[in-house]
Amino acid sequence: MIGLQHYLVISAALFSLGVMGVLTRKNAVNVLMGVELILNSANLNLVAFSKYSAGNLSGQVFAIFIIVIAAAEAAVALAIVLSMYRIVKSVNLDRADTLKG
Amino acid sequence: MDKHLISQIIFYFFAALTVASAAAVVFSGNLIRSAFALLFTFFGVAALYAFLGADFLAATQMVIYVGGILVLLLFGVMLTHKLYDLNLKAETFQVFPALVAVLAVFATLITFFLRTRWRAAGPQPDAPTTEAIGELLMKDYILPFEVASILLLLALIGAAMIVRRKSE
Repeated sequence: MIGLQHYLVISAALFSLGVMGVLTRKNAVNVLMGVELILNSANLNLVAFSKYSAGNLSGQVFAIFIIVIAAAEAAVALAIVLSMYRIVKSVNLDRADTLKG
Repeated sequence: MDKHLISQIIFYFFAALTVASAAAVVFSGNLIRSAFALLFTFFGVAALYAFLGADFLAATQMVIYVGGILVLLLFGVMLTHKLYDLNLKAETFQVFPALVAVLAVFATLITFFLRTRWRAAGPQPDAPTTEAIGELLMKDYILPFEVASILLLLALIGAAMIVRRKSE
């Protein structure tokens, strides 16, 4: 039988891979992909608990809010990446050091 | 073959698809390949939602993530690289320390997930969820719903403001 644990393991793997992407990538768009993986793993957890542990739909409603926030985050972050590209002609995060003293 | 076995096989297929394509997102050396691997990850997660009986969420995942966010990310890749720049190399750094830290996080998460005795609800019947979610959004979660709509409006205006060229 497929149980709660199966989904938790998948979401732990997704979360770890997302953190790995955020930590190791230099390209800003690639880092965003890691963040999307992390948000998806959180969503998977919420929906799994909603079915197996809570027994109501609140978890799914929270998952919808997370999807909304992910969409807003992606739009704003890509706007920032584009204007960074316009200023330093690169999306390498090492080049975003203007605020460094 | 009985129904349980078939559904288990399908579940493991989508689980493997999700995790493998997420690994491809993180470890692929090519930006475009990462973006397309992300497509399969989103698709796999949508299939897992369907397994969990969340039909509305599975559809939402397909529409917003695959149709919206992934296209945005591809726009981001295309607009920040020269068109003749065919080898979109994705550089990495400090891979080994990150790998150690991530493996530690993963081991901790797995240990806690598997050793905790989670509260279990009885087996839920798989019913269509759209109507119930709509009712929850309009009754119990009306304030977060409105806040989310304002957040989307602000993100729309903010993103347009940030990328606008300064007028001379």
